Amino acid sequence: MELIYSRTKTIQEDKVSGFCPGCMHGTVMKLIGEVIDELGIIEKTACVLGIGCCGLQMDYMAYDNATAPHGRACAVATGLKRTNPDTLVFTYQGDGDLASIGLAETMSAANRGENITVIFINNGIYGMTGGQMAPTTLVGMKASTAPFGRNAKDHGYPMHMCEILNQLTAPAYLVRTSCNNPQNVMKTKNAIKKAFKNQLEGKGFSMVEIVTSCPTNWGLDPLKCLDYIEEKMLPEYPLGVIRDR
Amino acid sequence: MARVFMKGTEAIAEAAVRTGCRFFAGYPITPQNEIPEYFSRRLPEVGGVFVQGESEVASVSMVYGAASGGTRSMTSSSSPGISLKSEGISYCAAARIPMVYVNVSRGGPGVGSIQPAQMDYLQATKASGNGGFRMRVFAPASVQEAVDMTYKAFDVADQYRRPVLILIDGVVGTMMEPVELPPMKSDEEVAAMKEAKKAWTLTGHKLDYAHRAWIQPGNWSTKVMQSDSEEDAALYKSWQKEAEAEEFMLDDAEVVLTGYGISARIGKSAVKILRAEGIKAGLIRAKTVYPFPYEAYDHINYKKVKGILDIEMSIPALFVEDVQVAVKDRAPISTCLCSGGNIMTREAVLTAARKIMEAK
Repeated sequence: MELIYSRTKTIQEDKVSGFCPGCMHGTVMKLIGEVIDELGIIEKTACVLGIGCCGLQMDYMAYDNATAPHGRACAVATGLKRTNPDTLVFTYQGDGDLASIGLAETMSAANRGENITVIFINNGIYGMTGGQMAPTTLVGMKASTAPFGRNAKDHGYPMHMCEILNQLTAPAYLVRTSCNNPQNVMKTKNAIKKAFKNQLEGKGFSMVEIVTSCPTNWGLDPLKCLDYIEEKMLPEYPLGVIRDR
Repeated sequence: MARVFMKGTEAIAEAAVRTGCRFFAGYPITPQNEIPEYFSRRLPEVGGVFVQGESEVASVSMVYGAASGGTRSMTSSSSPGISLKSEGISYCAAARIPMVYVNVSRGGPGVGSIQPAQMDYLQATKASGNGGFRMRVFAPASVQEAVDMTYKAFDVADQYRRPVLILIDGVVGTMMEPVELPPMKSDEEVAAMKEAKKAWTLTGHKLDYAHRAWIQPGNWSTKVMQSDSEEDAALYKSWQKEAEAEEFMLDDAEVVLTGYGISARIGKSAVKILRAEGIKAGLIRAKTVYPFPYEAYDHINYKKVKGILDIEMSIPALFVEDVQVAVKDRAPISTCLCSGGNIMTREAVLTAARKIMEAK
């Protein structure tokens, strides 16, 4: 019988991810693993992990990894990549990590055009700490620190990181995708692959922003989360290539 | 090697390059700007990398990343900037990442003053970040010693896979002195040092789950965390034998001056003057402040000594707390202090020492 699908080798055998049911981190991890398998780069790949749920992968992915201080992944990746240019270095960060506490590190690495890849998981909320408001929380969306919903007067508006970084000259590739349906999952995989290839070709800073869900902290079942992404998140965070040069 | 005339900060940077430092990230703050400036022109000459970070916080994280990739790496700052770096220092200590950093300390707390001071002693020796870790801390008192200790610090960092601190003040950092520079390590030696770390560095590994590099500044398992802490505690204890102090004219001393860095150096010059006056003075200068050289204080002749004089550019006195532990009530301890960026004067030290000798 012909083998048409198997688990990516980049995920360790007999390991459990630890993500909640319906969480899309697992989907993105699988995509990253498949891209690494297809490009044949496992022996030269290193991941810098943010703090939060994104760090849960440390125990079961097969590539080298380090956990950065909260928000500092792009700075850690800068030091690593500059001194090991032949290693594929990517960060994997959530929205609190990348867009709040790590805003300076993210902007500055992008502005320097560091030859790294950033995988940015935007689910509009702090996951691991229990559903606090993130810079990406939608106006009106409830969070444990915005129990009446985010209001623009007190909390400002959601931050669009791709568009913000698009103001800079240096970045090579800025793209926003989602994992809310099979088509978008495939687009996400292609975007990750392109972003990794960019780095291998020395093109500079690439970021793939992936709009995902957090069933646990959104208080919605996984299927309703898919509707919420479609109806609420994507109008705020339109998908597509923002920069490709 | 001919002697050259160099500023403390620049000599430290050159010593680091000579011992194989190939990555530096830093952020401007007075009085240490000559360190990043020197690296920015020197590192490209030897195939190294300089990055001006967007902050102290980012700079130390860059060093964490570069050192996780096996490169000898360094950062530097001055007091308030060192506070910002404490996040990354704690991560390096937790994840067992070798790196070296320099504190050219100035008056504090807060933004304080830009002039020299020794007010970061407790931060440097007791709590350089969260989590109760310890570090080797060298406290040079001359440009030559700053060079020699920097050269050695990278070996110590690699040996124990821990951060190492060079603690100086704005005087040692900004003064110029003749100095003999240590030999330049060859490109082959530098590459070999990096290669030797390959097993644990983030440079990619075979698809072999057991042997991937995993830099962990913590662990989900409380059992692992506790056993790591026990290992750390045993390591810190083992460092005690590597404590270093300069003991000067101690055998028959009736008044013993003590301190570290520039204060102790000023104290040493006071000892010579006091001896010329017929006062039997001696000195203990801590060359490492962690581990603290407690044993040196056992060499004081407590039958003869009338008092110990702690000399510090810090109010309140901080170093004196370790001196008290070392002296164990065997002699009275008094202090000679200045603070806020005022530099210790020899006259103040002489006056304080004479006062001890005059007391009944």
